[in-house]
Amino acid sequence: MSVQETAPGNTVISWLMGVLLLAGALIGLMLTAFAADPVMEFHGLLFLLFCVGGVFFLIRYGSAKDDGDPSPYQDSVVRAGVIASMFWGIAGFAAGLMIALQLAFPVLNFDLPWINFGRLRPLHTSAVIFAFGGNVLIATSFHVVQRTCKARLAGGVAPWFVFWGYQLFIVIAATGYLLGVTQSKEYAEPEWYADLWLTLVWVVYLLVFLGTLWKRKEPHIYVANWFYLAFIVTIAMLHIVNNLAVPVSLTGVKSYSLFSGVQDALTQWWYGHNAVGFFLTAGFLGIMYYFVPKRAERPVYSYRLSIVHFWSLIFLYIWAGPHHLHYTALPEWAQTLGMTFSIMLWMPSWGGMINGLMTLSGAWDKLRTDPVIRMLVVSVAFYGMSTFEGPVMSIKAVNSLSHYTDWTVGHVHSGALGWVGFVSFGALYVLTPLLWRRSQLYSLALVSWHFWIASIGIVLYITAMWVSGILQGLMWRAYDSLGFLEYSFVETVEAMHPFYVIRAFGGVLFLAGALIMAYNLWRTVRGDVRVEGVAAARPMAAATAAE
Amino acid sequence: MAGQPDVDEFSGTETTGHEWDGIKELNNPLPRWWLYTFYICILWSIGYWIVMPAWPLINSHTKGLIGHSDRASVARSIEEAKAAQGALASRIAETELDQVSADPELLSFALAGGRSAFAVNCSQCHGLGAAGSRGYPNLNDDDWIWGGTVADIHQTILYGIRSEHDESRQNDMPAFLNDEILTREQVDDVVEYVLSLTARAEDDAAAARGAEIYAEQCVACHQEGGVGDRELGAPNLADQIWLYGGERPDLVETVSASRRGVMPPWIDRLDSATLKKLAVYVHSLGGGE
Repeated sequence: MSVQETAPGNTVISWLMGVLLLAGALIGLMLTAFAADPVMEFHGLLFLLFCVGGVFFLIRYGSAKDDGDPSPYQDSVVRAGVIASMFWGIAGFAAGLMIALQLAFPVLNFDLPWINFGRLRPLHTSAVIFAFGGNVLIATSFHVVQRTCKARLAGGVAPWFVFWGYQLFIVIAATGYLLGVTQSKEYAEPEWYADLWLTLVWVVYLLVFLGTLWKRKEPHIYVANWFYLAFIVTIAMLHIVNNLAVPVSLTGVKSYSLFSGVQDALTQWWYGHNAVGFFLTAGFLGIMYYFVPKRAERPVYSYRLSIVHFWSLIFLYIWAGPHHLHYTALPEWAQTLGMTFSIMLWMPSWGGMINGLMTLSGAWDKLRTDPVIRMLVVSVAFYGMSTFEGPVMSIKAVNSLSHYTDWTVGHVHSGALGWVGFVSFGALYVLTPLLWRRSQLYSLALVSWHFWIASIGIVLYITAMWVSGILQGLMWRAYDSLGFLEYSFVETVEAMHPFYVIRAFGGVLFLAGALIMAYNLWRTVRGDVRVEGVAAARPMAAATAAE
Repeated sequence: MAGQPDVDEFSGTETTGHEWDGIKELNNPLPRWWLYTFYICILWSIGYWIVMPAWPLINSHTKGLIGHSDRASVARSIEEAKAAQGALASRIAETELDQVSADPELLSFALAGGRSAFAVNCSQCHGLGAAGSRGYPNLNDDDWIWGGTVADIHQTILYGIRSEHDESRQNDMPAFLNDEILTREQVDDVVEYVLSLTARAEDDAAAARGAEIYAEQCVACHQEGGVGDRELGAPNLADQIWLYGGERPDLVETVSASRRGVMPPWIDRLDSATLKKLAVYVHSLGGGE
């Protein structure tokens, strides 16, 4: 493929984008000038700056023969994605640590509205899921689709629009939370204007991905791309439906949802559960299907299993949302369906785990020598554990104990820290030397330290939440011999304190691991290589050798 | 590739013949245990749908073979719980308040129910151990502002203090400085006198001036010597127990601005048996008269 050729289509895209950015600048200006509230004034200004910056970006790169990247593949946008992932990851983990500490020590709310728990909690969840996870997904999908299609990303400058547009969405959402703007839907807190913007960005993302698949020079579409495509398409559908709302004013932040009552709850958890299913599962399975066989240098275990588990996962996941609403106003038949579809989802989920783990047959020795593989494999193990725990918790009898307790929080984090976190870290460790054309990572020993510190952090986190969640559930339903409630709510809160402290300590370890990783990647980008023996890749062995 | 199947050297398994960026796929069958477990989950779900309410119809839904309903089962559990407490619960409803403690069985039932209701409804202000805090009276001591018999306590719980209820216990200490009844100097003097009641005065002349003001402004409620009056809800100023603090600045604030703490009425929120249990429980805490 010729690097210097510029498809005429790409020039058209650049011009179109220029016009849209100018129109966007005008809209930003109007929003700032006529804003009904100060937050919209601020966000209008951000949008104006974004569009003006975009025009300069276009003038610099859009009219050039290439789109800023002379390599056969469009790697520069993936490099930007790696940097953004690391940045938002640390920001999101730090916000998580902060709110964990606030739960253990409420004085840390400092009586300031901007940083109280209620505003920082969505900041944390959005930062880790959408800012960190989303950037990892966009970056890896751009990388994987190019490599497995042998085609440069479609759309000329459009991938850069996806990247920067997505960052703008993150900044608008995050600053909105801190200023008290939310539509109070879990994992869908951003208000209508941020949702509209994300929809636009996401559609361009879909078009870039589809365009690249269209241009492919391989006869077949690789399995990782099925998962990425399912993730992009389904998230678009979920996002649009759940966020249907009527704004109070076109220049104000506030809107009202089109749904109300139990319909609203069911739509929200149809969205919420499939954000887990298609964002945090399908998307990251795409990562797994490329980076595990790539790093292990072994073929994927079973093509047939990948087909069957892909389609069964896609078909079953979408029905499981009602298990978030057991024993509520939701009709009982809907609860039954939510629960049974969750049970049926168990094996389709495990299909991915089997394919991930069995791909290592013939390369198990690499677990000892390559901490990056170790990270990827442990992520798949956590995936298997939390996709078993999920169906168990969806069973109504179990849910009557676990619902509304910290057990749910622990379950989410075994998936989020163990699966999503570790598979992302593994992918970033593989990508960084490749993208910056370095022969190897700065230090495998540091990867190993990251692995162990973060693993201990995760184990502390989830075991603390198991104990506190079950304790909490049992205390809520405890009666004395005469049939009176044994505990008041505040007593159950008091009982949680030690576990909240342990959980926060787990968070410290997880964040420390990520900081080690950021340092390691930064040194790798600089082209440094740390001199270390084979044993140094394994701190245990190094310690033994030193004795 | 044509004709010759590509075989993975390590496992001896055929690949699918495709390769993407160096990645191949083995042509392994579905793991049997995986497939059969998947089938079992599906069969179990179908069975569950047959037995339990499951699929929506046009204006109804399939009810399931055993006719289970969560709502009915909750109602049944509540009925069972009520039945289990039945005899004692109806006895407590029928028994006069002052007779509850005469019956040991009824008393232990009332104390258990009162403790539970207190933890849920009262502990937010009075504390789990009922020790109170600044502005919220300690219910363990024998210093009662509105009376410490079980009937007094019951009355307070039912209607509250300075609440919106017509029967509420009411009084209204003036804000002597803010309402310009006394000057700042006079407030200091009367506080000096109040401090003298617990032998803490530092300026006898000021205390003497304060005593005159006390005799004019305060004695009607707080009585001679500051011993208070429970009929009026006027606290005893001669003991060492203070609801809003007993240091000089606290007393200056109380006299200047008044305090007017509020307790809500519970008569419309809790049933009469629970209110009785609460009164008996609080009465039992140590200071009951």
